[in-house]
Amino acid sequence: MTNFPREIDAALKHDETPPSELPEDRFHRYLVDRVHPPAWRNPKPDGKYNLVVIGAGPGGVTAACEAAALGAKVALIERDLIGGDRLNVGCVPSKAIIRTARLYAEMRDAESFGGQVPDDINIGFASVMERMRRIQARLGRAASAGRLSEAGVDVYFGEARFAGHGTVAVAGDMLRFKKALIATGARPLTPPIPGLAEAGYLTNENVFDLTECPPRLLVIGGGPLGCELAQAFCRLGAHVIIAQDDPMFLPREERDAAQILSGALARDGIEIYLNATVVAVRKEGARKIVDLMSDGGPFSVSVDEILAGIGRTPNVEGMNLEAAGVRYDTKTGIQVDDFLRTSNKRIYAAGDVCLDLKFTHAAEASARIAVRNALFLGRKRLSALTIPWCTYTDPEIAHVGLYVREARDKTIPVKTFTILMHDVDRAVTDGEEEGFVKIHVRDGTDRILGATVVAPHAGEMINGLSLAITSGIGLRALARVIHTYPTQAEAIKMAADAYARTRLTPMYKFLAKRWLSW
Amino acid sequence: MAEPFAESDDELLDRFQRAAFGYFLEQVNPENGLAADTSRPDAPASIAVVGFALSCYPVGVERGWMTRADAAARTLVTLNFFWNSRQSDQPDATGHKGFYYHFLDMKSGRRVWQSELSLIDTTLLLAGVLTASVYFSADTPVEIEIRERADAIYRRIDWQWARGGGVTARQGWKPESGFLHYGWEGYSEATIVYVLGLASPSHPLSDDSFGAWTETYQWENIYDYEFLYAGPLFIHLFSQAWIDFAGIRDRFMREKDSDYFENSRRATYVQREYARRNPYGFKGYGKDCWGITANDGPGYKTLKINGRERRFLSYAARGVPYGPDDGTIGSCAAIASLPFAPELVLPALRHLCVQYPEMTRDARLPSGFNPTLPGAGPSGWVSEGYYGLDQGILVLMIENYRSGLIWKLMRQCPYIGGGLRRAGFTGGWLS
Repeated sequence: MTNFPREIDAALKHDETPPSELPEDRFHRYLVDRVHPPAWRNPKPDGKYNLVVIGAGPGGVTAACEAAALGAKVALIERDLIGGDRLNVGCVPSKAIIRTARLYAEMRDAESFGGQVPDDINIGFASVMERMRRIQARLGRAASAGRLSEAGVDVYFGEARFAGHGTVAVAGDMLRFKKALIATGARPLTPPIPGLAEAGYLTNENVFDLTECPPRLLVIGGGPLGCELAQAFCRLGAHVIIAQDDPMFLPREERDAAQILSGALARDGIEIYLNATVVAVRKEGARKIVDLMSDGGPFSVSVDEILAGIGRTPNVEGMNLEAAGVRYDTKTGIQVDDFLRTSNKRIYAAGDVCLDLKFTHAAEASARIAVRNALFLGRKRLSALTIPWCTYTDPEIAHVGLYVREARDKTIPVKTFTILMHDVDRAVTDGEEEGFVKIHVRDGTDRILGATVVAPHAGEMINGLSLAITSGIGLRALARVIHTYPTQAEAIKMAADAYARTRLTPMYKFLAKRWLSW
Repeated sequence: MAEPFAESDDELLDRFQRAAFGYFLEQVNPENGLAADTSRPDAPASIAVVGFALSCYPVGVERGWMTRADAAARTLVTLNFFWNSRQSDQPDATGHKGFYYHFLDMKSGRRVWQSELSLIDTTLLLAGVLTASVYFSADTPVEIEIRERADAIYRRIDWQWARGGGVTARQGWKPESGFLHYGWEGYSEATIVYVLGLASPSHPLSDDSFGAWTETYQWENIYDYEFLYAGPLFIHLFSQAWIDFAGIRDRFMREKDSDYFENSRRATYVQREYARRNPYGFKGYGKDCWGITANDGPGYKTLKINGRERRFLSYAARGVPYGPDDGTIGSCAAIASLPFAPELVLPALRHLCVQYPEMTRDARLPSGFNPTLPGAGPSGWVSEGYYGLDQGILVLMIENYRSGLIWKLMRQCPYIGGGLRRAGFTGGWLS
């Protein structure tokens, strides 16, 4: 049971929403009351703003709070819910249900741990989703309109539309600015599949509204979102089919990582079709019939729901960017330079609307750079950031820095130090032996170029390697860092030790032997 | 059955090599030279197995297991079939653009199983064709015709088309759906594809294709062994069966101060180390029992064995250390590693004989066995029949260990030397 603050309990004490109103239950209303209060009145603009931020997702909120903390006069415009995808339809709800799904997977696997499988495992899907909404409500407090106002941010709700190079209109008001930041994020790509729209489909924007677990679910796309939710829904009782138009899942990740994930998904019972393209969808009664094409020829599957997770497209429409002189592309987003400046020198962009790496932490990091550069003549570069990422499947797959191929493209010689999780004591005691830590260094040096971790807690483990890369700490220094025993992160130390052993050249060994023989 | 410890190493190897060679006397259609993929009833022909058959005939002649005339006659029948069979984009042709479909009907020679027009399998066929063209060097009508046919088959292949508009070679093509989605990513058995593709006098791969492929290589330190990583053991064997990589280096190996021969040696050690650590507790694994590779398996099923859930695979590319691994041992690949690490392989072969006598009695090794899955004897589940690829790699690699015959022959093949040089290899016997 999530520890729920008294404040929310008190607020909800007299709320007796009948179950039929799910998913817009009391928790959802509590959240909405904070991230888009129905009675909210926009402030009256008073003079020119130092910074107007469009979009109150993670990047926009970070930028607005950071600028306000530094004494800037800041406006933040949001057309829907503060918190953006992360809180409402992204990381927060998905990780909440992934946790519950993992619990059920562990229950079924209890014997492997010397435990007993419960006689009757009943999955209460409504409870799973209620816990998710409760967590959203709790985490939504930090991003509430009221808190932002208290922090000195003028919060406006409404559609933002540029009226010129230095003005933006919102809900009948005209805001003038010295600098502006566009952080409108991205939305799910609509798959151009005949019949899909007519049959209806889910994306991350509405999958968390489900009130019943679909008996048969087709996931289109084997990227992070597709793989995470395919595994979660499978573990929550759905028969999941996943179709990926590529020879492997997570195409940007290392082949071995993707292969391990493929095995893990298959073990969960997911029906996997790689190199398979969805070509058409039609409805037959309550079922959706999906036609696919693979190297082996055409075939069809029958499902109750379809979840499309094929990527995201930037939100650039409706802002009248032309009036502001901001160049953009509907596929790649707003064009920015390495300082996150758009073609209008007064306007910056950050986050999903302009970055390839569409992650919450990338949005926040880029927003910080944009604020410094916009307000304080900063010269911080986007390219200087070290941005890790993680796909939260079981096992998780996390990466930071360069892939081997990227390094070799730059003619950097690479050597990879690999530690298998089955050689890590804590992974063995935890029954979590599948995976590895791979650390790529510039050959002949200990300089870390990048790393991939596949482990149940890879997202936590990768941060140590991000720190090392960001701080210029090499494997030689890492080998001197005492890691607590037993931990799974010890794998990183073991990789550093493997590096240290390569420095024991025959000459070194010869000299050591001579020394010891005296 | 001979007592394994009473036999000398050479006697032991001779017994197993000859047993493997027997496959190509039993499983080849004398009318067209096509060799069966497996010894199972109604198995189709595999063009790669034909390539192994063509390479094994010279071994058979030199070992006195067949006459030169018989070998030449079989070879010419095979080459005539491939030269005269139908090339078109129709789904029931034998090949297209000079390449051939992976699986063919043993009698008609037409495509079966909707198989792909396969670059690697055509290349392995071609390796056999070129082995024959070098070995049969006499000025007799039959041997002259062998050389002419071999050259014509090689020159007809359109390697440029096989790039599918890209820089690197694609894996295959189907008349129903075009080029397969995937290319060659990471180190694999495709080195020989590039060598022969680059050497083509008619439609060669571009100069930058090999370099573009090697950009996907990963040099890894695993279990304290540094090597060019590839998981399945066969990857470290197939190009090496025909090309002697000892002492010759491309740009990547110069950078790493190694070569592909040494790399296969280290890969062998990694295989053994993995089996010794045996992280998933499979029965049978140990320092003398290893060989995780692409091979036949017990079939897709999940069983609880000794309280542990085991998920078994069918034919699959098993690999170390990342898997997949279901406890199935590919002893053919292990024994075929003989030239690289005889100090590991010979004890492994004797261990097989002692530990699994029911499986090694007739000295012909199955594609896989799995002691974890209970069967009739200590070897547990054993793959039914025999696979031509396994028998072929055993014959060639044991011969390379014993006499270096195939390597010596292929050093004389101008296309091998030319392709290696064009791929950037220097040193050693190329000097």
